[in-house]
This record gives sequence, structure tokens and C-alpha cells, in this order.
Amino acid sequence: MPYGPHTAEDRTRMLQALGIDSVDRLFDDIPEELRASELRLPPPESELELSARLAALAGRNRTDLATFLGAGVFRHWSPPVVDQILLRGEWYTAYTPYQPEISQGTLQSVYEYQSLLAELTALPVVSASHYDGAAATAEAALMTCRQTRRARVLVSAAVHPHYRATLRTYFGGRLEVDELPMLADGDETGTVDLTALERLLADPDRPVAGVVAAQPNFLGLIEPMQRIGDLTHAAGALFVAVVEPVSLAVLAPPGAYGADIAAGEGQPLGIPAQYGGPYLGILASTDALVRQIPGRLVGLTTDLEGRRAYVMTLRAREQDIRRDRAASNICTNQALLALAASVWLAAIGPHGLRDVAAWGAQRAGELEAALAAVGAPRLHRAPYLNEFAVRVPDARAVHRRLLERGVLAGLPLADVLPDQPSLAEALLVCATELTTADEIARFAAALGAELAAVDQADERVPVSASAG
Amino acid sequence: MGVVGERLQPSLFERSRPGRGGGKIPHPPAGALDRLPAGARREQPPALPELNEPEVVRHYVNLSQLNYAVDTGFYPLGSCTMKFNPKLNEWAARLPGFATLHPLAPDEVAQGTLELLWELEGALAEIGGMRAVSLQPAAGAQGELTGILMIRAYHRDRGDTDRTDVLVPDSSHGTNPATATMAGFRTVTVPSARDGGVDVDAFRAALGPRTAAVMITNPSTLGLFEKRIGELLEAVHEAGALAYMDGANLNAILGRFKPGEAGFDVMHFNVHKTFSTPHGGGGPGAGPVGVGERLVPYLPEPRVLREPDGSFRLERAGERATSIGRLRSYAGNTGVLVRAYAYIRAHGASGLREVSDDAVLAANYLKHRLRDTYEMPYDRPCKHEFVASAATIKRRTGVRTLDIAKRLIDHGFHPPTIYFPLIVEEGMLIEPTETESLETLDAFAEALIEIAAEAERDPALVREAPHAAPVRRLDEATAARQPNLRWRPMAGDTMPCPD
Repeated sequence: MPYGPHTAEDRTRMLQALGIDSVDRLFDDIPEELRASELRLPPPESELELSARLAALAGRNRTDLATFLGAGVFRHWSPPVVDQILLRGEWYTAYTPYQPEISQGTLQSVYEYQSLLAELTALPVVSASHYDGAAATAEAALMTCRQTRRARVLVSAAVHPHYRATLRTYFGGRLEVDELPMLADGDETGTVDLTALERLLADPDRPVAGVVAAQPNFLGLIEPMQRIGDLTHAAGALFVAVVEPVSLAVLAPPGAYGADIAAGEGQPLGIPAQYGGPYLGILASTDALVRQIPGRLVGLTTDLEGRRAYVMTLRAREQDIRRDRAASNICTNQALLALAASVWLAAIGPHGLRDVAAWGAQRAGELEAALAAVGAPRLHRAPYLNEFAVRVPDARAVHRRLLERGVLAGLPLADVLPDQPSLAEALLVCATELTTADEIARFAAALGAELAAVDQADERVPVSASAG
Repeated sequence: MGVVGERLQPSLFERSRPGRGGGKIPHPPAGALDRLPAGARREQPPALPELNEPEVVRHYVNLSQLNYAVDTGFYPLGSCTMKFNPKLNEWAARLPGFATLHPLAPDEVAQGTLELLWELEGALAEIGGMRAVSLQPAAGAQGELTGILMIRAYHRDRGDTDRTDVLVPDSSHGTNPATATMAGFRTVTVPSARDGGVDVDAFRAALGPRTAAVMITNPSTLGLFEKRIGELLEAVHEAGALAYMDGANLNAILGRFKPGEAGFDVMHFNVHKTFSTPHGGGGPGAGPVGVGERLVPYLPEPRVLREPDGSFRLERAGERATSIGRLRSYAGNTGVLVRAYAYIRAHGASGLREVSDDAVLAANYLKHRLRDTYEMPYDRPCKHEFVASAATIKRRTGVRTLDIAKRLIDHGFHPPTIYFPLIVEEGMLIEPTETESLETLDAFAEALIEIAAEAERDPALVREAPHAAPVRRLDEATAARQPNLRWRPMAGDTMPCPD
């Protein structure tokens, strides 16, 4: 065993102390008929061999692409200081801070995380982390049901499809989820249909606990959050804003437009994409909801000698105390990622954060112009920040061919929103401060070449056969 | 409101000075944001701290030094398996091919990671004796929710809709009943037998047509193998219910007991316990779920699939209509799973078996060293952890288990898990793991023996511990009564500066 300290002599000493001849005696209580069959796994590998295997596997993932893929996960510059802090064993090999006297580092860092996110969201209570944006959104929706004692939630169709799917799983048929449609035409196409919202809120037999909408929404568009919130509150429901934290440097924060809860994915705060996680579920609320918010909370207090100190607090919400009456079953969360986000925010600072958000908008604007110039115009007219959909005929096939040209051309929307016919021929693309003018030029040139090829192919096909 | 102690740090906000920092990101052209409508813009920029990099580094390095950690010392935390976190695994997870891979990248871009995940699913299925594994759940508790939702879907599919109850023993983790509630079930708590094991007769009495599932931790949270588990599982299945195994204590039984072979229908793995991925001060973990044949159709999406040509792909949304759906976004906590994969490959079958052998040997040795000083309420060989009780010490001296735990800090050790499981008076749950040397085990035993002597000699010394930590015991009551959950700048009497 590679990490075990025991020599043969150590084992013998322990066995002798116990008065037994073999460690097998300690497993005699496993009934014969229940003992395991032989464990069949590949043989152990030395670090040298294993490191080569791991490097080879990592090498089979392509890292050579010019990428315009966002859809909830955004690449950003992370100053090396962030990962060097995270690599300190005192951070990543510590346990949950149940012993505050020897966990003040973790506890203060969590309190600071809560404070940083409270600033960003303009909401006073921030939970010390959830699994990811999807789980945080589902927990937020459950909070609205507990608080209002109502059992129906409206979720905008323009919320990330994975978040909506997760919410449905968490609700599991016990609580109702209705979809709030997006507008299908006009200047605001792709954003929440406010008339439909009013109608859905008006059903007296099925009162709504909460309304969930995203800013920017999954299609990258800016939603009328103030109006959604006003309509929601008029019906006695709570408003959940699904937010992208970097955008909060420049977009109105949930607290400013009256959201009761903010949920979101913290990955853009300097956390690598790493194929899905570990990420950081952000969950913040008003003071009125502090006893409904699930997950750990760290508070400021003093020790016996009056020194300032931090401690996990309001623990009566949690599973280890309240068991079947807990606010959630969450235990292990994403503390190290909350630390990563805090260090990233501290390193980059308020001006840096604004610059990151503004660069995304700048590069996205350049991308929009470059793609439109080669025949792929924006699909929507509502304003966007750093992500938008473009119209591309035969989007899936073009996306695949662009990969061969070294471009990861965002996401074919039909892959994740197959129930939206208006998105069938569209790619969702994004830009960040890492996107270069050269990459944009490569993308535009490659897409232009592909679209020209499609046009030529179309011209060769009789009109009747190309219909549909 | 108190002063900053000698070794403590001012907050990030107090360190901030307007104009500090910068140099990380170039300034974008003016007007980059002009296309945003006025109503959607932020009016007041967020008041985030302004620091230069040296200040950031000092802040976080000094803070880190207030933490106890596996890298600095022994963590005998029962039910948490605080083993060494191999450094190779940290290196591996940071390889650019793994770290920069976007979760919605096309399958052909992600073949290395998909192959790793597929292999890891297979290895976990083999270890658990399960038919298939989903890597999606982000932590053990989410694995529990996944398992219970699959059980619900299974009963529903059979038209068996009256099953409203989940049975748990009184020694269970708090996540078990909390999970049952989240999944819409009622929790029925079954008392343990006198020997600390599951009370099969009590379970039989509680089982019935309303039972959907039974959740069992094996070895139990007392560190005891459930000897009558075969009988219990039979009774569960006779009643038409399914059996969930909480895999928190898997470190005791690698290669010795495969839950699926014994008849469990579903289990979760805590890779941040058994497979060495770091705890991170409270996460991230990962909670893969293994299932037997009956529950395979209900596994969450997406699964990792191998095509006939040997390539790998993620299942598409809606591809398997019977799935319970998603528990979170994307594939899972892949970065954590890379570390677990490395751990399993480093050990192989023989190494994993040795892990459990050494973990169990160390626990029994420690228990033996302490048996003359502390009560051992369950006097039979333990698995990877055991419960000791300070009930007699408390009666004699007034010193409680909490005090002993805090005094261990002065002796240089992290306290064990205390007052859990709830059924042992003044209990401490001690788990040494397989990566602590005999010298460390001996030193820890001697510290606990010495503290018992201190309790007789000078009870106040123990009751007021810790004395050598960065802070003394905390005023937790005020923290809960008047929650201060975020930094607020000084604004008169209503919002006092914490200093």
C-alpha cells in the first residue's frame, strides 16, 4: 500500500497487543456466507507508472481548440496566486470546522466569502456553499415552498436546462413545477413572457410559492428582473434570481430589484471548468429567510477572553441536529471552492472584476459583428452581456465540422433545448477576457467557409427536396 | 465587540485600501458596456476589498495557519475517515487536459476524461458488488437522495404507491432521515439492540406494506459489523422494500464485504472518505451511487457509455425515459473523481484490502490501549472505528467528553467525533485510519490517558481547555441569538464594527 506507514514489525506489535495471530481474526464477525468474492481490479501501480497513465488520459482530451463555449461555465483568468493558496495543506486537508478553536482559518474565510457574496448580490444572508448552480437553484425553489407553505413553483424556460431538470428531480412530483414560457416574437423574443407570468400567477386554486428567472438568461439575454419580481410579489410569491456572479459587477444585483433569493453558479469566480465540477453553488437570501436557508452559516462572535472569533451558527437548521426536520440533507458542501472564489475576488479586486465583465461584453460585441459579417446573425434582439445565440443553418453539422477546423463553436442549442423549435438552427456562443481577436477571426473565417460550402450544396439540390 | 487576538487576522475588508491592487487584467476599451440598457445596470459598484497581491498572500497564509489539517496532524474523527490525501492526485487533477475541459465539450473532445470516468464506474461497481454506478452525486448526502429517489421510482413503476416510510436505526447519520424527508418520505426510527447492532426483531415489527426502504450503515456508526445483516436484508425484501447502504464506513471492509453481493440494492460511496480525496474544510466531495439490477433503469442521467467502437460518450438528455433525471448540472464533481481514480489505481485490489486491514488493526489497537481508562460500551472487535465513553469520568470529576475533546487540542490532536452516535452517553467516536504510524497512535493513546489523569488531578484545567489554541471556547449562544453573518462597514450604533 503506497501511503501506509506500518512495517511488518509494527503490525506484529499491534497483533501481539491484541493477542491474535492474524488480522483476519478481526473480520471473523462477517458471516461466512456474506464474505466478499475476490476483488478484481487492475494491479497496483507505482507513482511513476500511474503519473504516466494519468498524463496520457489527460492528453486524450483536446486542449488545442479556440473555444466559444459557455452555457453556464465560463473560462476566466485565474491569477496563479489563487491556486498556490489553495494548494496549502492547511486549507485543502482540513475538515469541516466543527472545532472552532482550531479552525479559525476556515471559519474566517467562510465568513469573508459570505460577506463578499453579500456585496455582490446585495442580499445579506449567504449560505457557505452548495454543490453547484443547479442544486442551489433547486434548494432556493424549495425554500420558497417552505416559507409560503405553497406547493407550486414557476420556472422560466430560459433558465439553464440542467438547473430546471435538477429542480424537477428535487421536487420529485411532490411539489409542482410549471414552466414559464419565453416570448416567441417581437423585440424581447427569448426573454420571460410577462403576460404568461401574470396568467400563471392568477390561478386561485394553485397558488405560486416562487418564481425562478435567470439574469442573464441561458440564451445570454437580459431579463426585465424588476418587472418579474414586482408581478411575483403582487401574487404573494417569492422571487428567485439565478445569477452569474461576474456579471454582478455591472448588472443590477438581485437585492436591488427585490429578489428574495439569489442562486447561481460560482464557477466563473476563478474555478476551472474540469468537466463539471467541483463548482460552487451560490445561495443568498433576505434576512427574513435566514431560518429557511439550507447549508452552513458562519457567524462572528467572541471567545471566553473577548477575542473576536468565528463559529458555525444557526445550526438547528442542519441535518446532524434536526435530522428529519432539517432544512436540507446537505452536509459536505463545496467549502474549498468558496475559498477559491474569495481568493480570486481578493486578488482581482473590484476594478478587476468590472474589467473582466466589461471585456466579456467587448469581445462578445466583436464576435457578434464578425459572425454576422460571414452570414451568422444574432437570433434575438434583446440586449446581452457576453453570450448570445447566432442563426446557423444545420447548426449541429456545422458545429461538428468547425471542430475539425480547431474551433469549438459554442453549443448547438438543439442539443439542450430540443423542445424549442425556434432554436433548432442556432449556436450559443460566448466570449470572455480570455477570448482573443485572433480567435474571433479564426472562428469567423472557419464559419464563413462552412456556410459558403452549405450554400453551394443547397444550390445543387432541387428546391422541393430542400424544403423542411 | 472584542479585539483581534494575537494570532488572528483582520478581515479582508479591514485590510482594504482604496487604490491598492490592480495589474491583473488590462482595462477594456471605454464604452464596452454601452449596449446594456440603463435599467439593467448596477448603480453602486460592489464594495469589494482592494488589496495588492502580497497582502492577499499574507492574509490567506496566516489564516491557513490557524487551521488544523491532515497535513499538520492526526485527525481521529470517527465516521469521517480523515486519511492522508496523496499529492500525486492533486497534481493529476490539475493537468490542463483534465482541468480546462468544458463540461459541455463534445464527446470526441473529452475522450480521456470519459474513459477515466467509465473505468472508475467499473472499479466502484466491483468494490461495492453492484451492477452499475452513477458518478453524478456531488456528495454523500446527494448520493443518499439519489438512492432514495430511485427506490421511490422503482415502487411507483410497479404501481406500489402506498409505501411512505423509510426505516433508519437510531444510530444513523443525520443525513439519512433528512434525505428521507427531502424525498417525500416519513422517517421511522428503530432502536438499536443492546449489543449496538440492528435489532432485527424491532425492524421486523416496523417493516410492512408501507415500508419503501431501509437505510443501514454497515459497519454501523458504532464501528461494528452488523452480524445479522443477512437476516435483516431478507426481511426487508420479504416486505417488498429495498435496502440502502450508507457507504460512509466502507474503509473498514474493502475486499472483505461487498454490499451488493450481500443483498443491498443501492449504496453510496464517499470518495472523500474511502478514496482519499481531500475534505477541503467542508467539501468538495463526491458521492457516487452503486445499484443492483433492479435499480439500473432509474440511475440519474447522464451515464457514461462505451460505444461498440471503443469510444466513450455521455448519455443524452431524455435518452433513458426511466431515469430519475438530474441531481445537478453536467457530469459530476469530475475533478474529485480524477483523484479517486488515481487512488484506486495506485492501490489495486491487494492495496485496497490492505487499507482496510490496517485501518481495522489500528482501530482495535487504539481501543485496546484505551480500554483501561475509558469505557468501551461494545466489547467486541471493532472495524475501522470504535466508541469510547467518558461517562464514569464525568460522574467522578464533572469533566465531560466535550472537555476531554477540547483538552486534546492542547495535546496537539484534533478531537474525535463526540456525542455521536446519539445512543452512547458521553461518547467519542475514534477512527485512526490506515495512514497513521504506530508512534502517532501511541502518542494519541497516551494523551487521552493523561487527560483522564488530569481530570482527576485538576478538573478545571480540562474543563477550561483549550488553552493553547488561537482562541478559547466561543460564545456560541450570542452567535445564534444575534447572528452576524457578513462584514458591515461602521455605520453608527446600529451596525457596530466588529472591532
